[in-house]
Amino acid sequence: MKPEEFKAICDFVQKNSGIVLSQSKEYLVDSRLKPIAESHGFADIGALARGLSLAPEAVKTAVTDAMTTNETFFFRDKTPFTIFEEIILPELIKARRVAGRLRIWCAAASTGQEPYSLAMMVHKHKAALGGIKVEIIGTDLSATAIARAKEGRFTQFEVQRGLPVDLLVKHFTQEGTQWLISDEIKSMVKFSLLNLLESYRSIGTVDVVYCRNVLIYFDGDTKKRVLTSLRKVMKPDGYLVLGAADTVMGSNGEFERANNKRGLYQPVEAGEMRPALSA
Amino acid sequence: MKSCLVVDDSSVVRKVARRILEDMDFVVDEAEDGQEAFEKCSAEMPDTILLDWNMPVMSGLDFLKQLRAYEGGDKPQVVFCTTENDVGHIAMALKAGANEYIMKPFDREILESKFQEVGFD
Repeated sequence: MKPEEFKAICDFVQKNSGIVLSQSKEYLVDSRLKPIAESHGFADIGALARGLSLAPEAVKTAVTDAMTTNETFFFRDKTPFTIFEEIILPELIKARRVAGRLRIWCAAASTGQEPYSLAMMVHKHKAALGGIKVEIIGTDLSATAIARAKEGRFTQFEVQRGLPVDLLVKHFTQEGTQWLISDEIKSMVKFSLLNLLESYRSIGTVDVVYCRNVLIYFDGDTKKRVLTSLRKVMKPDGYLVLGAADTVMGSNGEFERANNKRGLYQPVEAGEMRPALSA
Repeated sequence: MKSCLVVDDSSVVRKVARRILEDMDFVVDEAEDGQEAFEKCSAEMPDTILLDWNMPVMSGLDFLKQLRAYEGGDKPQVVFCTTENDVGHIAMALKAGANEYIMKPFDREILESKFQEVGFD
């Protein structure tokens, strides 16, 4: 691939997903886009790169899809779920008694393991909810990932990564080597396509946002813009959960660390916002 | 150091499991069937047991039932690791006192994840 072709792909991916691809990712572009170039009738990746701006929407979607990372598993990293069980859920159950509604948004839901993990935790604590209606929203940029998430069907390998066996037995049924999540858990999560660079109007107002392992792929300006947009859809006493490698450094200061927990943030009052120079 | 007894009649499985578990800083011992495993546990209880189901002499399930009824046999965290991949077998294993369950084939990531699940990070 010529440097200008690699650059054309990087520019396209950044414009459409915010993901910044460094020069070291050329091998990744090569291995992920070669099958797409072949299946859509391009002579090679170079031809795909040159024709991308005028290519049909299906090709553009396939390229964006291929360059997003969908790595996920149930209860990934554990801590964000311990935090949910020990801090977020008890606090918000107290605070939402009157409103009777609690909305959780997984902003990079991938194939659904994160929102389904949260749904299983909510289910575990349903007696404590006291009638509060919990709605979990899972969105992702990748149409392929969202289609899989909606189906709620997982391989034997996927259900063995992070999912305790008692929850497997409780919430899944087996179909050959595939495992289907129960209708009860599935009905707790609504999935839809959403690009974090575009409008969040369809989300409405939420109490909790899980946006893990996304900001690390963005440049400073995009990250700042996304954090500002996230703040706008969140309740003032809501919680933002980021990935272990994500920080709010460089943002306008909309969020501050909560409960002294890594990865857990709460909105800052508008009048008290200071640009964040550290995590 | 934490200890793990790997119980499987396949020497290949024992070898693969040993390699992964030693990388996780476990001191590993091996047994070829439930009977040998029980004798080793009677002499010294390990912290964890990775247990196959179908073995000659004594099956994994019979071993587990005998272990849990034995004095001190409630201590080890037992992770089944078997080709019996249906809900019925999983439920039976949990009822007999298994703490986690691996459906073969497994890889390093699954093994590590399940041992983290039973409290051995």
